[in-house]
Amino acid sequence: MHSSNNALAGQFDDLEQQHEASSLGMWVFLATEIMFFGGLFTGYVIFRNLDLPAFEAGSRLLNVRIGAFNTAVLLSSSLTMALAVRAAQLGKKKALVIFLLLTLLLGLTFVGAKLALEWRHDFIEGLVPGLNWTFNGPDAAHLELFFCFYFFMTGVHAAHMVVGVGILVVLIIMAGRGKFSPQRFNVVEMAGLYWHFVDIIWIFLFPLLYLIGGRY
Amino acid sequence: MPGHIVPKKLYFLVFAGLIALTALTTGVSFINLGKWNAVAALAIAVCKASLVVLFFMHLRWSSGLLRVVVVSSLVWLAILIGLTVGDVFTRGWIPVPSSWETQTQQDIR
Repeated sequence: MHSSNNALAGQFDDLEQQHEASSLGMWVFLATEIMFFGGLFTGYVIFRNLDLPAFEAGSRLLNVRIGAFNTAVLLSSSLTMALAVRAAQLGKKKALVIFLLLTLLLGLTFVGAKLALEWRHDFIEGLVPGLNWTFNGPDAAHLELFFCFYFFMTGVHAAHMVVGVGILVVLIIMAGRGKFSPQRFNVVEMAGLYWHFVDIIWIFLFPLLYLIGGRY
Repeated sequence: MPGHIVPKKLYFLVFAGLIALTALTTGVSFINLGKWNAVAALAIAVCKASLVVLFFMHLRWSSGLLRVVVVSSLVWLAILIGLTVGDVFTRGWIPVPSSWETQTQQDIR
């Protein structure tokens, strides 16, 4: 059998086929994730159009600077992740570990900024439905609905980030132990697909939540 | 060796494009375009997502099978959004017959 090449699992003909199977499985998983977030986006679009003034007022209460900063951080982490996959493909162990560490650091920066700068601020301002809601201006009920969407969508996204950070920690340990090679890098690439997907979700969350509220 | 190896330069080029589009979408949101603000924001987001999918996620160099999976997931997403939004926002188009309304009121009682 293929005992001479232990990067290849027995059920595959060659490395190319194994790579294709991994990618297919990951993309099918990502398709289910698209539908999961798609439901949230659909609900947001509908209620935004039903209660437009309140949702626009809600958008204006978010900090667009931190939002844009975090977008840039996440895009940078996607770049370092893509470079990490490239390093794994070329068998450059040191570069792989460095790029994975950079990705991890940028991911933690994103979650940290979200938590310490945005959510904490919202909590102090009394804008967190269920935990601390003290807003009693006009249309408070519909504004509360906006913040329900905001916290659920950004919360689920941040949860995906935390999962991604966990995956990165495992990858860094594996890379440090020399588990990857130009024949055996599928795990890194599939983690990369997941990381880029989480980035894409944010690419849509940022304009939907922060930008289209009419900031002029 | 499986998988396509992308030149580093291309990754940096795509990244520069993504950052430029982020600056553009943030800037545009401060200009009053009426309904076109939402259109512009979403169009730019679709461009950014396409860049990530095609280059960072290697779809540009992937097999037809993977492309079919990606495109069909987007088709299902379009069905989800299209039919749900279509339902909610066309409910007022056809008036409810008055006999139905009295019937419903009786049911509530």
